[in-house]
Amino acid sequence: MTDAQVVKRVKCKSSVKDPGVRGILKMTRERFVFMPNDPSSSIKHNVEFRLIKGHKSSKEGSNRPALLNLTHDQGNYIFEFENFPDRELCRDFVAKAITSSGEAGGPTSEKTVPHKDEQLSSAEMERRIKLLQEDSELQKLHKQFVIGGVLSETEFWATRKKLLDVNDSRRAKQRVGLKSDMIFNVKPSSDGQSNRVTFNLTPEMIHQIFAEKPAVRQAYINFVPNKMSEKDFWTKYWRAQYLHSTKNIIAAAAEAAEDEELGVFLRQDAILASEIRQKIRKVDPTLDMNADEGDDYTHIPGHGLANNEDVKDELEAQYEPYKRSFLQDINRHAAVVLEGRTIDAETRDTRSVAEALASLKRVELAKEASDDNAHQESLDRVTRMAEIEDLQAPRDPPVAPLCIKDPRDYFNSQQVNALNQLPGTIQVESRLSTSEAYGSLRAYISEIRTVGLSDPIVRPVVAFKVFNSLTQSISSSKYQLGKNPHESILDTLPSVTKDELLLHWTSIQELLKHFWSSYPITTSSLYAKVSRLKDAMSQIYPKLQEIKESARSDSRHQVSLLVQPMVQALDAAFTHYEQDQQKRYAKSVEKPNGYA
Amino acid sequence: MKFQIEDVTVYFPYDHIYPEQYSYMIELKRALDAKGHCLLEMPTGTGKTIALLSLITSYTLSKPSNPVKLIYCTRTVHEMEKTLAELKLLHKYQLDCVGPSARMLALGLSSRKNLCVNPGVVSAENRDSVDAGCRKLTASWVRALAVENPNIPTCEFFERYERAGSDAVLPPGVYTLQDLRVFGKERGWCPYFLARHMVQFANVVVYSYQYLLDPKVAGIISKEMQRESVVVFDEAHNIDNVCIEALSVSVRKQTIEGATRNINKMAQEINRFKATDAGRLRAEYNRLVEGLAQRGNLPVGDTWLANPALPDDILKEAVPGNIRRAEHFLSVLRRLVQYLKGRLDTDNVEKEGPLTFVNAVNSHVGIDQKMLKFCYDRLHSLMMTLEITDTDEFLHIQTICDFATLVGTYARGFSIIIEPYDERMPHIPDPVLQLSCHDASLAIKPVFDRFQSVVITSGTLSPIDLYPRLLNFNPVVSRSFTMSLTRDCICPMILSRGSDQLPVSTKFDLRSDPGVERNYGRLLLEMVSVVPDGIVCFFVSYSYMDAIVNSWNETGILKDIMQRKLVFIETQDVVETTLALDNYRKACDCGRGAVFFSVARGKVAEGIDFDRHYGRLVIMFGVPFQYTLSRILLARLEYLRETFQIKEGDFLNFDALRQAAQCVGRVIRSKADYGMMIFADKRYTRHDKRSKLPSWILSHLRDAHLNLSTDMAVHIAREFLRKMAQPYDKTGGGGNKTLLSQEDLEKMNGIEGMMF
Repeated sequence: MTDAQVVKRVKCKSSVKDPGVRGILKMTRERFVFMPNDPSSSIKHNVEFRLIKGHKSSKEGSNRPALLNLTHDQGNYIFEFENFPDRELCRDFVAKAITSSGEAGGPTSEKTVPHKDEQLSSAEMERRIKLLQEDSELQKLHKQFVIGGVLSETEFWATRKKLLDVNDSRRAKQRVGLKSDMIFNVKPSSDGQSNRVTFNLTPEMIHQIFAEKPAVRQAYINFVPNKMSEKDFWTKYWRAQYLHSTKNIIAAAAEAAEDEELGVFLRQDAILASEIRQKIRKVDPTLDMNADEGDDYTHIPGHGLANNEDVKDELEAQYEPYKRSFLQDINRHAAVVLEGRTIDAETRDTRSVAEALASLKRVELAKEASDDNAHQESLDRVTRMAEIEDLQAPRDPPVAPLCIKDPRDYFNSQQVNALNQLPGTIQVESRLSTSEAYGSLRAYISEIRTVGLSDPIVRPVVAFKVFNSLTQSISSSKYQLGKNPHESILDTLPSVTKDELLLHWTSIQELLKHFWSSYPITTSSLYAKVSRLKDAMSQIYPKLQEIKESARSDSRHQVSLLVQPMVQALDAAFTHYEQDQQKRYAKSVEKPNGYA
Repeated sequence: MKFQIEDVTVYFPYDHIYPEQYSYMIELKRALDAKGHCLLEMPTGTGKTIALLSLITSYTLSKPSNPVKLIYCTRTVHEMEKTLAELKLLHKYQLDCVGPSARMLALGLSSRKNLCVNPGVVSAENRDSVDAGCRKLTASWVRALAVENPNIPTCEFFERYERAGSDAVLPPGVYTLQDLRVFGKERGWCPYFLARHMVQFANVVVYSYQYLLDPKVAGIISKEMQRESVVVFDEAHNIDNVCIEALSVSVRKQTIEGATRNINKMAQEINRFKATDAGRLRAEYNRLVEGLAQRGNLPVGDTWLANPALPDDILKEAVPGNIRRAEHFLSVLRRLVQYLKGRLDTDNVEKEGPLTFVNAVNSHVGIDQKMLKFCYDRLHSLMMTLEITDTDEFLHIQTICDFATLVGTYARGFSIIIEPYDERMPHIPDPVLQLSCHDASLAIKPVFDRFQSVVITSGTLSPIDLYPRLLNFNPVVSRSFTMSLTRDCICPMILSRGSDQLPVSTKFDLRSDPGVERNYGRLLLEMVSVVPDGIVCFFVSYSYMDAIVNSWNETGILKDIMQRKLVFIETQDVVETTLALDNYRKACDCGRGAVFFSVARGKVAEGIDFDRHYGRLVIMFGVPFQYTLSRILLARLEYLRETFQIKEGDFLNFDALRQAAQCVGRVIRSKADYGMMIFADKRYTRHDKRSKLPSWILSHLRDAHLNLSTDMAVHIAREFLRKMAQPYDKTGGGGNKTLLSQEDLEKMNGIEGMMF
């Protein structure tokens, strides 16, 4: 760390509106001390940084006070600075101090370090921390520059806004599926003394119950709140469940006869039954066991050998509607889980959940009813299934799905590649006029209009060729080395050199990114940043030289090839900096002259 | 590819062929040449069906002067659909190779319920209601009335089909049930009657076993099939059971009550006719004096289930005089029902032979054997005369007459057992009188006699020498093929101990032991976390499955299983089970993975394939023995011992193990497929059980896998799955070729030619 302490003039406030007490803030690595100008004032602070939970600061603006708020277990310390650069400096200092004290404090440093920033929600913070945890490279950079003081927290993340956003949108797209558990299949808890049993119900359970038992859903819509309260409704429901669990069909039937509403829960689900009838018509004919009954003449009543399993007496017929097995529930549950979560889990209100599910079902049924392709699809499927796969050569060219773990890696390497190629490429002189090009495009469009697009728009074979030629240069450089394709030039170097090179390469990239984005320099803080960046870069410069020289003679050529672009990029930055510096100098010299 | 087998050019719709398919075809051809019956066992997953279809159709193509018709019998409708799908593939290929001369007509045939397109009829609940609904619209007297009175509804599809007359034909092609319905709707012809008509002209007919084996149905559908047909019974390991079931009848209290109602209804009708149309009854009487010649020239719409006895045993003589008059016949029926009711009202189990029973009937209520024998035909004639269309209402009296006819026709191979209650639930009175057939050869005998070649084939026909004895026929070819494997793609294991090293079994004394249930649960739990995609579990019975699932639910094991995979269960409701299966497949397709709980001897075990990712592991919990205390089974065992000298224990073991093998065999479809099989019961370790497994499973059962505990099984599963996930050389390579191309076959033929 460059400076071990910072001393600034500030006003210490108890709240934002408070006029505050003027004094001097002195920050060291471990603690900050506020001494009021008026020694008689009671407000004095001497706090260790490890007690500070985080910091906030106000927005930069000309007429606003420059505030810094340090949050502490018992309250806040608010300081108003005389100007923003002072505040900025202090803020960065605080951030570093908190980090280092946190690091000293416990092993979970990276996780718990709250890099609080202006208007930083805890969610965003978590996201940043998560990113750092997931990407060790990023973490290294963060440590090197932010904690090393070259860049501020905000600056570091400012260039990675996209990363945060992308992650955000990805998160939104992926929806959580239904749980595989049958969560509503709970056992009642009893207190062991009275005969009372207790069921616990959560919104998640209600959602599952509604999804799996349309009759209950419909009953809820019908009964609540006109006929009964929500609590009564669920009491009845659980009572019915309890009756089922006792497996006493006769008792269930008797209860249902007495209580109409209870009967709804006890009887078999009519909505479900009609749904099933609809579904069975669409079922794959190669597993439609229902159709078998049509051909089964031995098992018409009274024929065939009496199956030991299906003893059914007359008595049971009247209780048939009350029969429901646990096995059916399991099947139904799995079917619903398979369909997936169909409504937003956010809706907490029971009634709206019920209605949303009901309307969704209607839409689905309507869609299914109008689906004519289903038959053709099922036929195709049957034909596909009928083939014996290994007797036949595969029909389509074998397709391996493209799997790029990190697309950035892939495209970065592509870019470097393209750059290397540049001097070699020959500019193709095209004599095509704009109108000709336009004409041919129009012709294509009209052709597509009449013919339609061919099914895979690009034929797999063609796509494969293009893809091959695009990636060839990558692999060719690897092949030229005569090694197998999984090795790159870097792998031939000793691992220490390789690591160092990679580290420098990423840090140079990071620094350069910040460096170039700081131009044109408009504020003094930017100016300070640029000079900080320049210092950091000039520190790397000799290290690169060192690597070059330390490399063994056989790999020296390759190392120098690798180092070359880095050095060039740094050189370009330095030259720009020098020029800019000279211009500024010239200006500052000119100005006083002009005014003088 | 196409190749020669002796003088036949075989068209095979794939580029390669398995060596065992090739040798299967050679054997099959030998049987066809010899015009004899054959028995072929080939492991599942080696493409039996396509080999069969392609050889027989090619055989016909090569000998156009003497075409053979193929009658392909499947056990279930969905297998019918699968077969037709394969046939479609083959037909397309043959058309490409040979051109239009290869055209053929192939169709599936099922009941009205699966073929009817009349929306008002087909929406009925079950098959019998659909049949009755159809008859109400298409019976000859209904249509005759409708000509005069346009308010009487008829079926427009049937009318249009009738009007088209001989023009109503199916153009050549392969028709699944769905295709038939679509065609029928397009033309406005009734697909059911069209299909039944076309069956006579088709080159290939695919239908259910029962259309050939059950005399009630075979009498109407299959009576006009020519002798030059090849009959194939696919998946025929259970054929003996189908045969004996086709000739068995049971009478319960409900049957008696229903029959009484039916008799009363008929009595009313007779009185009504006497008042209005006495001539009709007289005409019937005269017809009966001349003999029962009325079947055969009935209009198609009037046909009904035929005589339950086999065609050879039906007497071609006049109905006995004392039941010719309608009211006399009714009183005979009344007495018979009364007698049966009295017999049902007993506290003891009774067992007797048909002869004793007939004598008892004669002495008690004065109905002799000949009257009993004619009961069915007499009833049929009466119902026609009375113009009864709601046949579904009259099933009970029909059952009684079926019983009477059978008991009057057969003196041996049957026994009558009266049980006052189910052995397992003695407190619930549920009296039942059963006429059970023990001799499987009875029902299949006419098929062997009528057709020149009958092919019985399955993945599990071990021991193969037992079937000719059970079915009483002499096969010209009887062979069992082994599977040539490119890699060890099946991995059978016998698990005898649970994770706590205690034995697991579904033996009666261990079955409800919580320790065993827990061990089974732990086994499945471990497996769901190791095995990808689908897992199938077979239990010994519905009640056992129900008990164990509930117990797993109580102990929380089920919940843990559900966290890994979705759970689907076969129930006794077929619709529910079908949907569960459909969802199971979806779950496997989308990668979520699922477990299917099923029952050995259940509907799923009978005909659903769990190939590829639909089943990477099958667990057979227990040994699926039949309920050994069942009187019917005991009577059958006794019969088998006396007539075939088959020991009870041997037969029970054989029967249980063929079921188990059938269950686990459903995981393999081709050699690219792979799957594990776990037999979870300590009894499988015994040699007398294990040795009954088919040889293709036994040859992969390593000695080290004979006596495993859960942890060892999990370890083996991990290793196996890792090994199977590696790419491999499909053709087998080296000397042991497991995939032959056209060139290979030509080379082989060349060598053989030199040898002979």
